[in-house]
Amino acid sequence: MVEKKQAGYWLTHLGLIIGVLFIFFPVWLAFVGSTVTNDDILQPPFPVLPGPHFIENYKNTLLYGGPEDYVYNHIPIVKMLINSTIMALGITIGKIIISLLSAFAFVYFKFPFRRTFFWLIFITLMLPVEVRIVPTYEVVANLNMLNSYSGLILPLIASATATFLFRQFFLTVPNEMIEAARMDGAGPIQFFKDILIPISRTNIAALFVIMFVYGFNQYLWPLLITTDTSMQTIVMGIKFMIPTGDDFGHWPTIFSTAILSMIPTVLIVIGMQKFFVKGLLESDK
Amino acid sequence: MEKRVIFKGWWLPLLLVSPQLIISAVFFFYPSGEAIWNSLFLPDPFGLKSEFVGIDNFTFLFGDPYYRASFITTAIFSISVSVLSMGLGLYFAVLADRLIKGAGVYQTLLIWPYAVAPAVAGVLWMFMFNGRIGLVSWYLGLLGYDWNHALHSGEAMSLVIVASTWSRVSYNFIFFLAGLQAIPKSIIEAAAIDGAKFWKRFRTIVFPLLSPISFFLLVVNIVYAFFETFGVIHTITSGGPEQATTTLVYKVYADGFVGQDLGSSAAQSVILLICVGLLTVFQFKYIERKVHY
Amino acid sequence: MATINLKNLEKFYGKNKVIHGLSADIKDGEFVVLVGPSGCGKSTLLRMIAGLEEVNSGEVLIDGKKVNDLEPMERNIAMVFQNYALYPHMSVYDNMAYGLKIAKIPKNEIDDRVKKAANILKINDFLDRKPSQLSGGQRQRVAMGRAIVRSPVAFLYDEPLSNLDAALRVQMRLEIKKLHTQLKTTSVFVTHDQIEAMTLGDRLVVMNLGKVMQVGTPIEVYSQPKNLFTAQFIGSPAMNIFQCESDGSQIKFVNGNQINLSSKKKGSIAFGIRPEDLKISKEGNLNAHVDMLEMIGSDTLVHANLENSDQSLVISVPGVLNKKDIGDKIKLSFDSTKVHLFDRETGERIN
Repeated sequence: MVEKKQAGYWLTHLGLIIGVLFIFFPVWLAFVGSTVTNDDILQPPFPVLPGPHFIENYKNTLLYGGPEDYVYNHIPIVKMLINSTIMALGITIGKIIISLLSAFAFVYFKFPFRRTFFWLIFITLMLPVEVRIVPTYEVVANLNMLNSYSGLILPLIASATATFLFRQFFLTVPNEMIEAARMDGAGPIQFFKDILIPISRTNIAALFVIMFVYGFNQYLWPLLITTDTSMQTIVMGIKFMIPTGDDFGHWPTIFSTAILSMIPTVLIVIGMQKFFVKGLLESDK
Repeated sequence: MEKRVIFKGWWLPLLLVSPQLIISAVFFFYPSGEAIWNSLFLPDPFGLKSEFVGIDNFTFLFGDPYYRASFITTAIFSISVSVLSMGLGLYFAVLADRLIKGAGVYQTLLIWPYAVAPAVAGVLWMFMFNGRIGLVSWYLGLLGYDWNHALHSGEAMSLVIVASTWSRVSYNFIFFLAGLQAIPKSIIEAAAIDGAKFWKRFRTIVFPLLSPISFFLLVVNIVYAFFETFGVIHTITSGGPEQATTTLVYKVYADGFVGQDLGSSAAQSVILLICVGLLTVFQFKYIERKVHY
Repeated sequence: MATINLKNLEKFYGKNKVIHGLSADIKDGEFVVLVGPSGCGKSTLLRMIAGLEEVNSGEVLIDGKKVNDLEPMERNIAMVFQNYALYPHMSVYDNMAYGLKIAKIPKNEIDDRVKKAANILKINDFLDRKPSQLSGGQRQRVAMGRAIVRSPVAFLYDEPLSNLDAALRVQMRLEIKKLHTQLKTTSVFVTHDQIEAMTLGDRLVVMNLGKVMQVGTPIEVYSQPKNLFTAQFIGSPAMNIFQCESDGSQIKFVNGNQINLSSKKKGSIAFGIRPEDLKISKEGNLNAHVDMLEMIGSDTLVHANLENSDQSLVISVPGVLNKKDIGDKIKLSFDSTKVHLFDRETGERIN
């Protein structure tokens, strides 16, 4: 900072604090809403301070999907969290493995149609799932993968960005290291396992965070292929809780579900913040 | 001269790329091909037969006022969200950059909305403005303003834009902060010695140096606003009132899944494909470093 | 330990021929230095011996066996790279052990070999550390350790000292020399630094543009260079070369000075004499005009021009000399046995 005016210093903090408040306000309200009774919510004004029902509400939500005497069309949130986590981990780990293998092949080998395949993968960048929802749905249905983990995971698992990112990184590995490995007698697979993967650790961690958030927060795709309530993911499940028409809905359940849906991803983003920032900055360049 | 060291053999690499290629073929290329094929057909009401209609589906779409409206909706939506979230992101980044200590804390506090699913963000903002229970709408009611985004398209659009902006600020904040921190301090100091005060420095030096990032973010934000915002719209307005918040992607879903109009939906998908294609090509040509092979 | 024979090696990069019909023989236990300017092909040649580059034509024999088609590991040689090429995520111990692990050598023998090599190179204290925690010199020693544990028949060094600072380079030079005395393994060492070449090599292979210019011991190459290139490449400061005319018994310089010296060739020749072999003396036959003096400390370099010409020359005088001691115009004399004559067209030595 070049100037050291006091006013500037405090104004800066003020501005940032206002920003933080803007960011946290909706979440704060949701948290409040998850700790009061439904009646507290249905009679405005909406409370701004947390209530005493934290444990009771969250217990009900996680174990039953709502208060015990309520009729609902969704599963206990614990199951939803599990579904979401399996989906997210499946997508993340799958993407990372597949991209590592592909990037390795493109950088360290010459093979027929290498160029063609490279551009084919590049083209998939232009085909996010939203562009092909109906026919992809048909394919998944034909493969009997509706309402299944594979249906949730596989269509989202081939990523061009991850492949390109690893490729960029592999290109920076000095030739001499590969030659030293050759002199040591390492074949390509040994080189990949013993040397390339370990030195890619930070890139893998960075991608892990981004892909996990991407996978966990999927909404459209799970919505389309999940009709069986037992396969609902938490992000899509919330929609089913929102009252339509004359229904009142049980808002503490909705709020607690919303809060719970954020926890895994927020924990990973904050816990691996350095990797997260690095991953964002590198994967989009 | 081949600069890279290469391993011998060709069947191993083919094996290695096969997972990606197979999945891409099954879930990307085949469905996209299907979409293109289906867009040229008109299925009968019972879904039993399809009649080849060539580009009729497309001409119908371009004549459909709802479809044209969704183009405009998408454009307004993308640009508003991009500009707002970039503006806020830049604002926070500039403030955070000015701090010697504490920038890290603020960064942590400001980035976690990235972890919140857009659909959930939609729910969060929706209930604040909910006609019956929303805190904000209640206080607005006290001030004499009757907020009902289920009825008023302007309010619906605004709410959806605000929720998406909230969701995107973190992303832009991170990039701008990195960009600001990459500007060598010596340049700022030289300008200060030359007599430029903060805003002058910002206008004449910092902002121009940020323009590559800004341009990049603008394109990326617009592209993402096309696609990643289905969740927000679906949870808040379901595309209403009367398709006022129906973007192109939402319409593909609404017509294809809900309305079961497969021909139209496929045609819309194809148009979307072309739009994304153009935007992606644009993004790579002008922004990315050459994807040199 | 083994002999290495290179027979008529040729290599192309695309259409460019970078190694031209090169042959050389390296004796068992010899330390041979491939030296030459950048781009002369010395690294390429080394890598062809290693098996990292394809041989387009010709043969590489190690211990009499043709190895052209063998993988580097199968040739039983080890290489020390310019940038050390250590695996950054492995400890020093693991770096050295890696090749042995792949060869499925039993654990206790690996331990044995690594510890022995660590002893020789005095790196036992950092076996647990990672390369990023070591200095440049230490890393270089680990790279050498990695080569030693393989008990190869030959060591190949690819400009290993180029990344070190000057003081460290001198120290490592000595260590490499000591290592060779101790282990007596056949070694091929590539460098562009002719001082390294002179101090380390049992024999030098001087290369230029993919061809061998001369093979010989350091002294041979220094005192009897076979061609102009070698004469000017080896020795610092470089040998003085004058364009002269000879009629067989007398040699005439550009500025008119003449000396009596017979030469087998008549016509245009190049006259070479090293800076330390020129003496400033009142009875000299060459006239020169002093330009400036460089004081190195142990010697003084006198930069001058042949009188009435722009042919420059350097005289190396021991001790410290001041300009006023010698004045502007000087006369130079020399011992005729220290003269090197070359054919100006072919560059070949005449005398």
